[in-house]
Amino acid sequence: MKLILEKGAEGRHVSLLGNSQVPAVQLRAAKRAKAPALPQVSETEISRHYSALARRCHGVNDGFYPLGSCTMKYNPAINEEVAALEGFTGVHPLQPAYTVQGSLEALALMEKKLCAITGMDAFTFQPAAGAHGEFTGLLLIKAYHQARGEAAQRTKIIVPDSAHGTNPASATMAGYTVVNIPSAPDGCVDLEALRAAVGPDTAGLMLTNPNTVGLFDKNILEITRIVHEAGGLAYYDGANLNAVMGIVRPGDMGFDVIHLNLHKTFSTPHGGGGPGAGPVGCKQLLAQFLPGGRPVLQQSGSYDLEADQASIGSVRAFHGNFLVVMKALCYVMMLGRQGIPEAARNAVLNANYMRVKLQDLYQMAYPGTCMHEFVMSLQPLKDQCGVSAMDIAKGLLDHGIHPPTMYFPLIVHEALMVEPTETETKETLDEAVEVLRGLYEKALQDPEYLHACPHNTPIGRPDEVKAARHPLLRWTREENA
Amino acid sequence: MNFPAELKYSKSHEWVRVLSDGTAQIGLTDYAQKELGDLVFVNLPQPEDEIRAGEAFADVESVKAVSDVYAPVNGTVVEVNEELLDAPELINQDPYEAWFVKVEQVEEAETLLSAEEYEAFVAQEANK
Repeated sequence: MKLILEKGAEGRHVSLLGNSQVPAVQLRAAKRAKAPALPQVSETEISRHYSALARRCHGVNDGFYPLGSCTMKYNPAINEEVAALEGFTGVHPLQPAYTVQGSLEALALMEKKLCAITGMDAFTFQPAAGAHGEFTGLLLIKAYHQARGEAAQRTKIIVPDSAHGTNPASATMAGYTVVNIPSAPDGCVDLEALRAAVGPDTAGLMLTNPNTVGLFDKNILEITRIVHEAGGLAYYDGANLNAVMGIVRPGDMGFDVIHLNLHKTFSTPHGGGGPGAGPVGCKQLLAQFLPGGRPVLQQSGSYDLEADQASIGSVRAFHGNFLVVMKALCYVMMLGRQGIPEAARNAVLNANYMRVKLQDLYQMAYPGTCMHEFVMSLQPLKDQCGVSAMDIAKGLLDHGIHPPTMYFPLIVHEALMVEPTETETKETLDEAVEVLRGLYEKALQDPEYLHACPHNTPIGRPDEVKAARHPLLRWTREENA
Repeated sequence: MNFPAELKYSKSHEWVRVLSDGTAQIGLTDYAQKELGDLVFVNLPQPEDEIRAGEAFADVESVKAVSDVYAPVNGTVVEVNEELLDAPELINQDPYEAWFVKVEQVEEAETLLSAEEYEAFVAQEANK
């Protein structure tokens, strides 16, 4: 397929814009030696180009998308309508607060809703996505230890080996040393290993619950107690909140600070359709450190932006991805107090439905009931006939199904991690089960067929190794003439 | 799979080759490179860095994941194999020649495995 830059012809353009009334101006001393290689195409060409690209993509609007740990739920269209309201799109963050009372009230309302769902006391909407939220949360933890004069001594963040890769990365970015602790054989945190790891140098613990193998850690209260008794704080990675939202609250599990992925749990677009939003919530003891400029209701009855003296400062401009927060607010209000836990229950039900229908054929990495996702190990199949998790994933593409998360978590060999989400019908789940079962049986009979998958997609198997080792990141007209 | 008899091994899948001058080379085992798959990036420490047994001193990235490489011994880095930075595939092609670092003041802080012991350990890992 050609790039948009390779289409069109010199001088061709779109005739949508009327003649400009602004006189042409000669720019002084242009820094650019030659004109930029902008596309020169007609509206028809643009339209066809992007429609063709769209046909080659797979989104949740095209088909099943059980990408584990990513919560690829359907994004309701009404979210978009609400976010497009003129009152939200026609304002600027530098306007005086009294002229944007509605937007500030909407942010404050979302803060209140998220506090109710998570058991936190305050939120910032600045972080742009999950990892940014982790980084912000760790800065809050650091500010807390600094205020108590213990920052120099508390230099370590404990991260279980089943954590998201972003956890150790964020802790390192925040200047902490990461202490990895192994999981127990049941997939939960090894309490003995945790007790051995905590001490006067512990700044905090980062944990996802339910964790990345799709299990709710039954020792969660004990885990947060151990960390608190050592003088550390507990950070909740909200990536998997979809399984428990409206049912149990991280604040009640003993967590002090949390990020949410609005683009996962709260149905805003994800992946290429983003941007994301990663609000960070905290208990009262950390609220004074939150990034500045949060809307607070004044005695006068109107909202104003407030920042505490102790604030860590901004981590992003203004209020982060404001319109994304509005989409999530719409979702929360549409579902309400009954709908939020119902969505969580259906997410768990859907995952268990698929798990049970597959478990006689596919090896489950951990026994028993899962939460919103389950992890299968394809190691037995690979040992038997050489067909890997990658081959099965590629086979799913032929059936219009986006593959599950592959080779994660790292503690499971040949992992496929399936998260169906609550927005799929029983028929979709049944069909996916049939496809997965069929691929397994096909693998045993004809491994070569699986090695060559996908057979029906416009692109076969890209050379991922070459792409990573020698990426082509630049296009120039000269080099491609 | 290959387990050269003259090397010592760690349970985190690094090998150690003690040279005649008392320094030691460290690399990733054949089993590790197979499990990781095609490597696309390597991060190495700097000469004079201290490495401590059990702590990460380098990392490798495959198309699957980024993984830490743990120091099998205590020591001070005297030389890093910069060739790997441009050609991480050398680790896949010849893991026992593709050394990551050479260290001096080598101290075996935890017991390392012999080739035989490591081979048994890997067999056990694979059956988990």
